[in-house]
Amino acid sequence: MLNASIKQLSAALRAKEISSVELTQSYLDRIVRLNPQLNAYITLNPEVSLAQARAADARLAAGMADPLTGIPVAQKDIFCAKGWLTTCGSKMLHNFVSPYDAHVITQFNNAGAVNLGKTNMDEFAMGSSNETSHYGTVKNPWDRARVPGGSSGGTAAAVAARLCAAATGTDTGGSIRQPAALCGISGLKPTYGVVSRYGMIAFASSLDQAGPMGRSAEDLALLLNTMAGFDERDSTSLQREKEDYARDLNKSLTGLRIGLPKEFFAEGLSGDVAKAVEAAIAEYKKLGAVIVDISLPNTKLSIPVYYVLAPAEASSNLSRFDGVRYGYRAPEYSDLADMYEKSRAQGFGAEVKRRIMIGTYVLSHGYYDAYYLQAQKIRRLIAQDFTAAYKQCDVIMGPTSPSTAFKLGEKGDDPVQMYLSDIYTIAVNLAGLPGMSIPCGFGANDMPVGLQIIGNYFDEARMLNVAHQYQLATDWHSRAPQL
Amino acid sequence: MQWEIVIGLEVHTQLSTNTKIFSGASTAFGAEPNTQADAVSIALPGVLPVLNKGAVERAIKFGLATGARIAQRSVFARKNYFYPDLPKGYQISQFDLPVVGQGALTIQVEPLSGNAKPYEKTVRITRAHLEEDAGKSVHGNSQGVTGIDLNRAGTPLLEIVSEPDMCSAAEAVAYAKALHTLVRWIGICDGNMQEGSFRCDVNVSVRRPGEPLGTRREIKNLNSFKFMQQAIDYEVQWQIDTIESGGKIHQATILFNPDTGETRAMRSKEDAHDYRYFPDPDLLPLEISTEWIEQVRGTLPELPQAKQARYVSELGLSAYDASILTASREMADFFEEALGDATGQAKICANWIIGEVSAQLNRDGLDMTQCPINAQQLGGMLTRIADGTISNSGAKEVFRTMWAEGGSADAIIEAKGLKQVSDSGAIEALVDEIIAANADKVTEYRSGKDKLFGFFVGLAMKASKGKANPAQLNDILKKKLAG
Repeated sequence: MLNASIKQLSAALRAKEISSVELTQSYLDRIVRLNPQLNAYITLNPEVSLAQARAADARLAAGMADPLTGIPVAQKDIFCAKGWLTTCGSKMLHNFVSPYDAHVITQFNNAGAVNLGKTNMDEFAMGSSNETSHYGTVKNPWDRARVPGGSSGGTAAAVAARLCAAATGTDTGGSIRQPAALCGISGLKPTYGVVSRYGMIAFASSLDQAGPMGRSAEDLALLLNTMAGFDERDSTSLQREKEDYARDLNKSLTGLRIGLPKEFFAEGLSGDVAKAVEAAIAEYKKLGAVIVDISLPNTKLSIPVYYVLAPAEASSNLSRFDGVRYGYRAPEYSDLADMYEKSRAQGFGAEVKRRIMIGTYVLSHGYYDAYYLQAQKIRRLIAQDFTAAYKQCDVIMGPTSPSTAFKLGEKGDDPVQMYLSDIYTIAVNLAGLPGMSIPCGFGANDMPVGLQIIGNYFDEARMLNVAHQYQLATDWHSRAPQL
Repeated sequence: MQWEIVIGLEVHTQLSTNTKIFSGASTAFGAEPNTQADAVSIALPGVLPVLNKGAVERAIKFGLATGARIAQRSVFARKNYFYPDLPKGYQISQFDLPVVGQGALTIQVEPLSGNAKPYEKTVRITRAHLEEDAGKSVHGNSQGVTGIDLNRAGTPLLEIVSEPDMCSAAEAVAYAKALHTLVRWIGICDGNMQEGSFRCDVNVSVRRPGEPLGTRREIKNLNSFKFMQQAIDYEVQWQIDTIESGGKIHQATILFNPDTGETRAMRSKEDAHDYRYFPDPDLLPLEISTEWIEQVRGTLPELPQAKQARYVSELGLSAYDASILTASREMADFFEEALGDATGQAKICANWIIGEVSAQLNRDGLDMTQCPINAQQLGGMLTRIADGTISNSGAKEVFRTMWAEGGSADAIIEAKGLKQVSDSGAIEALVDEIIAANADKVTEYRSGKDKLFGFFVGLAMKASKGKANPAQLNDILKKKLAG
């Protein structure tokens, strides 16, 4: 049952082979047993989860079930969920119980899914290792001395350790794909605007995008069907026809043109990752795909551009956390300015403060043109690189991360080294494109390697098809860590 | 020593939408604190702004009414600063791309002193932009605690910025009044200055003729025309005195204290904020189509100046009467409705409104919207004056009754027996009787004592109990007395 796909679980639920309450309880039991080793969850609410499971069972009995009805799904703690503690990994929100549901939560609730718990994450989604969480580091289920990646590290660890059927993540610069790669699971960041950001606590608004994380492309398609869709409460949500992301899963890949950007296979990529990715490309050739060499010349600029734009937006987005209306307030202060300073100094962690300072700096009078405006211009160039590339190919592939999971604490003192681990993922966010990561083997320390698949705008169905066909031909995605 | 005064205004008009500019919360004034503060108003984590089209429509209306260019694409920016009544830590405003571009407003200036004549002046409007209002800090309710009321947070404002085209307090007040009339006229703002719906910031500087502009100081938040005039007068004198006594003006934000009649500095330029404006990534650029502009143009009422010109050219009113009748939309509407199709009666209709109606309103301390008689009632009375049913004195009686007790002119004429006698036979009989009874006076009259005509009129009126049609009576008397 732990390794069953959502499709299989859904069939079992409909066939009354198992109830949602039983399924939910078994996951909760497993979480109680294994979470202390992994710290994948921040908040559990068993009574609420089981109540949802009972409601799902009633719905199943009434024959009104959706594909996700009764399926236990974990939610990244960045999504506001009514009645749930919603911390965003920060001390700043240690006491914030959301009075409302994010759009994503509403969609899962409407589908009858069970909210199994809120998963750990880097504070305000700022990090690539999950070490910046106020609620403690998440351990990689494949090797508990190593990081799970970030910022959706709790979700990735929970999925890999079979502590949920599937889960949600968010991706601002790689926060779905990189932890998916490091934990050996599948994750998809949709085209910007496909999933509403309403109720998703903002890091960098023009880059943030929610997406599904799970054990297979097929599962992701079902999750995305529930998550995607226009929402008038998010002005950047796109008004498009509802689509079935599973519709093309079984299409043949014969003639698929896969672009391999030479910049993704250059200096900085570790040999074990390169080897696994090259093997995956060879597998795709066997499936009938054609390889095209392409170039994304501005790739190297994506990190500096990202670390201007994302902190700029974050510095403003995080201003609301001032201790006035909700969240953490310093216990002692002398006046208003002191209250702000102490509350924010004590409520935010070091990485968040670093980014607020960078963002404040680049937006300041006299620096705005040189940093923010310049970065916006390069952002357009980066997007143009992809537009040009898609004239030659259908999807782009490469490594998700330059290395497999690194050791806890290994990069903690060197933010730039940490930032570089997102070199292959960031450009996708800057361009607003969809990107995903699927497991494609194991590297030097028997740690999982992720294959990144980047699609053209709104090409999620094709990407899922590309991933699914690979997963039919290989079994990397069904490998589970020993716990 | 000669001094020139240079004044520019920034006026915040609260737009008359039912809901806030970026959320569905009510904008009604006077509710219990925080009862109109929804999730967006209090800036809960994860909430997003959605632009209220009604606010945009009102901005377009203003632009069209001032002959300004409406930007096809304008951008909302974040103005970042910390204050407890600013829940997001930034205000959504417009910075370098406002919705309304350069326009102009022609004003009538009534000089405040001397025998100077009224004159016309055109003030250039630099721009007008949409933004959200902040909440309110409520001090002094309980010891040492400041309350925050976020009911007003997110109320739509149109900030209208003028060029420094005004060179006296009289001109500044005339401009502010004309603007106040205009925004109410086109129905975008209720103009209630007590409730803060129309707030003026006045930039004042002085210079010697021919010299470059002096350093300005900005008087904040004036909410009465009287205070505006007092504040400017005081500030101008203070600046002149300061410079003449060897001092320098430093840029500053100042407040006017109505109790002392003085201005004082609130903060100087040194502690001016760096607002770190940048485009709000949560909102798409505001695109306004030509069709939308034309649609709004179709809803625009005839503007005061056009109306004034038409009253003079088509209705033959004096410029003075026309300007008084167009001082407010209510007044003009009342006039036009009372007049109906009887354009030949324009002068008499104007006289009644400017005379009796205005005087009564003044006496009762009412404004046009509270007028106890409506335009149809007055129009009905004017019809009866025109068709000779009632005399002028009868009309005054009708008006008094109407004002105090209501009712139509016809009903009052009937009830009070005010119908004048226009039956020539009856008048002739009456005149014949008088001539017969006053043979001696008739002889005197016929021998040249013309002044006696009034004596006969008086007798005839008395005999008819005031109801004889005066014109008819005159004719008949003249004829009969002539022998």
